[in-house]
Amino acid sequence: MKELMLGNKAVARGLYEAGCCVISSYPGTPSTEITEEAALYEDIYCEWAPNEKVALEVAHGASLGRRRSACAMKHVGLNVAADPLFTISYQGVNAGLVICVADDPGMHSSQNEQDSRHYAQAAKVPMLEPSDSAEARLFAMKAFELSEAFNTPVLLKMCTRVSHSQSVVEPGERTVPAQVPYVKDPTKVMMTANSRNAHVRVEQRTKDLIAYAEDCELNRVEMGDPSLGIITGSTSYQYAREVFGERASILKLGMSYPLPEKLIRDFAAKVDRVIVLEELDPIIENHCKQLGIPVEGKSLFPICGEFSQNLVRSCMGEELPQVMTIPDAIPGRPPVMCAGCPHRGIFYILKKLNCMVYGDIGCYTLGAVAPLNAMDLNVCMGASCSGLHGFNKAMGAEGEKRSVGVIGDSTFIHSGITGITDIAYNMSNSTIIILDNSITGMTGHQQNPTTGKNLRGEPAGKVDLEALCRALGFRRVPVVDPYDLAQVEAVIKEELAAEEPSIIISRRPCVMIKGTIHKAPLKVDQEKCVGCKSCMRIGCPAISVRNGKAVIDTTLCIGCQVCTQMCKLDALVSGEE
Amino acid sequence: MDTKNIMIVGVGGQGTLLASKTLGYVLLHQGYDVKVSEVHGMSQRGGSVVTYVRWGSRVYSPVIDKGEADLILSFEELEAARWLEYLKPGGQIITNTQQVEPMPVIIGAAWYPENLIEKMRTAGAQVDAVDFLALAEQAGSAKAVNIVLLGRLSTYFPEISYESWQEAIDACVPKKFLELNKRAFELGRNCEKNGQETCGE
Repeated sequence: MKELMLGNKAVARGLYEAGCCVISSYPGTPSTEITEEAALYEDIYCEWAPNEKVALEVAHGASLGRRRSACAMKHVGLNVAADPLFTISYQGVNAGLVICVADDPGMHSSQNEQDSRHYAQAAKVPMLEPSDSAEARLFAMKAFELSEAFNTPVLLKMCTRVSHSQSVVEPGERTVPAQVPYVKDPTKVMMTANSRNAHVRVEQRTKDLIAYAEDCELNRVEMGDPSLGIITGSTSYQYAREVFGERASILKLGMSYPLPEKLIRDFAAKVDRVIVLEELDPIIENHCKQLGIPVEGKSLFPICGEFSQNLVRSCMGEELPQVMTIPDAIPGRPPVMCAGCPHRGIFYILKKLNCMVYGDIGCYTLGAVAPLNAMDLNVCMGASCSGLHGFNKAMGAEGEKRSVGVIGDSTFIHSGITGITDIAYNMSNSTIIILDNSITGMTGHQQNPTTGKNLRGEPAGKVDLEALCRALGFRRVPVVDPYDLAQVEAVIKEELAAEEPSIIISRRPCVMIKGTIHKAPLKVDQEKCVGCKSCMRIGCPAISVRNGKAVIDTTLCIGCQVCTQMCKLDALVSGEE
Repeated sequence: MDTKNIMIVGVGGQGTLLASKTLGYVLLHQGYDVKVSEVHGMSQRGGSVVTYVRWGSRVYSPVIDKGEADLILSFEELEAARWLEYLKPGGQIITNTQQVEPMPVIIGAAWYPENLIEKMRTAGAQVDAVDFLALAEQAGSAKAVNIVLLGRLSTYFPEISYESWQEAIDACVPKKFLELNKRAFELGRNCEKNGQETCGE
């Protein structure tokens, strides 16, 4: 039966129907639901891995164990998984291996907008690119076939608008290919002669894949008016059809690596003008130019940001729809840390102490926005630890006495452990704060190795953060409650002053986790409140001041009482009976 | 049939996703091609959220662009105004009259504009503004405001039967909250269309 299905759910459905048995992933917007949806099928073993490199190695291991397997990650996750990717490309697979990667043009929830298609080219791995949910399901299934037929991992490239759009899918039945016994193959050891031979095989494989791309069902020509020919794929195909309908002919490429040659030449010969419509980098465009085909691409369309139908209209000189406006400036509504967020108190104190804060990737990146403005830097997963170490090696005591790295529990496991190992081993006097909120928050509450639960919420192994830090060589590992501002301030001051590395663990579960106990919303003592706005310095969305008095939004307030500690007049009182 | 466009806008946490899920279900079961698109992630943390719902004989783009929406269903006044440019000239807005101050307003860095509903009408939009939050509370929970709004939306589509909406609610709403949401739907659907900013009891 037809169903409206999220692109990511359709990928999960395709993986399921193709008989995928093992999935290992690290969450990352916009890829997360692929694994969450797949985990709803009991026939698939699904797990959250500590990071994307581990996830890909697990999935590849399962492929070597002769079961169809997959992993999913966001675009920057593929950077982390790049090391195994390049050599798995050489080594090949024993059963199909599909690597789902979701780009984020427009950076709705990412720190950069790198184009994952470069990885397909660089690692010489085929890449399929669906343009809606129906294709997401089909291409996921097709990816397993190609993986086995060409003895290669296959990248399935999603993007925000395909991952997070629902469109119509007609699901089918699951078929699990028979598992062939494992046989030792000495050529699978990637060293010297084997690797040299493997590279030769990979080059031949690419040639074979190009031949396949010339007339496979993944790439198709839709002839309309021949005065304009558009070469496109992914969500850009949808914008092209939206804007031009039958007024243009389209070559839709569902396989973005390797790209066909004859198919493109033949299409170009049939139309008067060829444009390439692709988000981010000019990859198809450069390929066409290498073939000597005159095309227009980035001379018309931007490299930066996400496309839309109006962007295509505007770049192509088409008329834009009329719009209505009002004269007022509309204030922005940026995301904020939730009311009761345990990160808030930490950032308030860091701001108060005028610390240099090297942040990381997670909800706590919101510590950078007004009114807290308590973050100087961030780069990528784990950089808060290693980056701070380098900063302090350069700055000496001037850095060490006032700088901290701030990292969440999941991010710490992902890439912070190696960074703090460097701090302990090479002995910089650095202070790292682990914000342990017992969940992977930003991506929508996934379990991780510190929570004691697995992807399906079942009891699992649990990393003891204090013991881990001590084992790595930290003698100072104090634990603080981020709701207790006085304690947080005292401990941060003490650890910055200490002449040795420290890890401060700030421990309080995310208030959005189901089952976290909330207290009654606070009340404002109208007699005592003078409307001084001291309580507003913590940037809690539940507090505002109206008519000279603080007002608590009782639908948001969870009674954390951090604001109470800001009020010198005791005007914010517990709402508990 | 030409593609029709509805945008569902609000503040992260207001329950816009359930509204779009239910609407998508209704439209799919009318036999249309449907696309529903939203962005997950940062926007859930109290930020501005938008869902695009498109249907017709064949839908291509998953998003709605400026000047293309036939109707905006808004959970909050400022959000209706924020997305006004996306409405076709003369298009319809259904908005909750609730005002939720964004952080720049809370900290005094910006002002919440006044008389937004009048200004949107002056710009040429049809505005149906109601205190839907009060109706949701009347139904039994402020959280049911999404289904109250959906009830109101249903009155703009006489070609879609009452039963189709009921089936969609049965399919999309968790069983535990079904009765509450059915009450909410009725309150939204039956509250008189008077263009006033309050209605209900």
